[in-house]
Amino acid sequence: MKSFEIVTEPILVQDIIDKVIRADAGAINTFIGTVREMTLGKRTTYLKYEAYVPMAEKQLAKIGDEISARWPGSNTAITHRIGSLDISEVAVVIAVSTPHRVESFDACRYAIERIKEIVPIWKKEHWDNGEMWVGDQLEKVSYSKGHPESEEDKND
Amino acid sequence: MIKVLLFAGMQERAGTNELELDEDRLLISEIKNALQKKYDFPQMFQGCLSAVNEEFADDDTEVTSGDTVAFIPPVSGG
Repeated sequence: MKSFEIVTEPILVQDIIDKVIRADAGAINTFIGTVREMTLGKRTTYLKYEAYVPMAEKQLAKIGDEISARWPGSNTAITHRIGSLDISEVAVVIAVSTPHRVESFDACRYAIERIKEIVPIWKKEHWDNGEMWVGDQLEKVSYSKGHPESEEDKND
Repeated sequence: MIKVLLFAGMQERAGTNELELDEDRLLISEIKNALQKKYDFPQMFQGCLSAVNEEFADDDTEVTSGDTVAFIPPVSGG
């Protein structure tokens, strides 16, 4: 059972929760990222995700390590789906268990923000009349230091 | 032989996801220059990260035969 995984099949949320559930945890926080229909006034018909799978899984595991270091006693599992996804389908599920509730919220939020910075996954939006890779257009995102820091992708 | 992986828009522009460079050693910056000349990427590697053997690397990282280089345009997972 891999705690950090890229998959092509639909994600069952409970499976991700089951990976972090344990007796000494009093809280499990989950984040579910889904495909949104409207972005900046444009209607998406479907999304296509692509990943550099082996590196993406390593980077997800690195996020888990960062969370363990920042919030001792936490346990993290992340699964991201790739391929074609329809509106409202689940693209990513994060589950973090911690001894107490506050840390689980903070750690889960941290995980999704880091995914958007350091994990090699790309999203292509398909509309009725076009398509676009999110992230590499309009130079919305740039890494002045040559590596990801904390830039926010406004179209995420 | 140095293997180069391309993704997302760069892959579409190049028309391939994988290239093999018949060289023993190269700097990441040299590979970028050669690919830019060949494919004329509109973003010119701006905001693009580099990885060697699945770890982030800098422009002045030297790669040798057997290494896998990946160019990673701005990510958009989640």
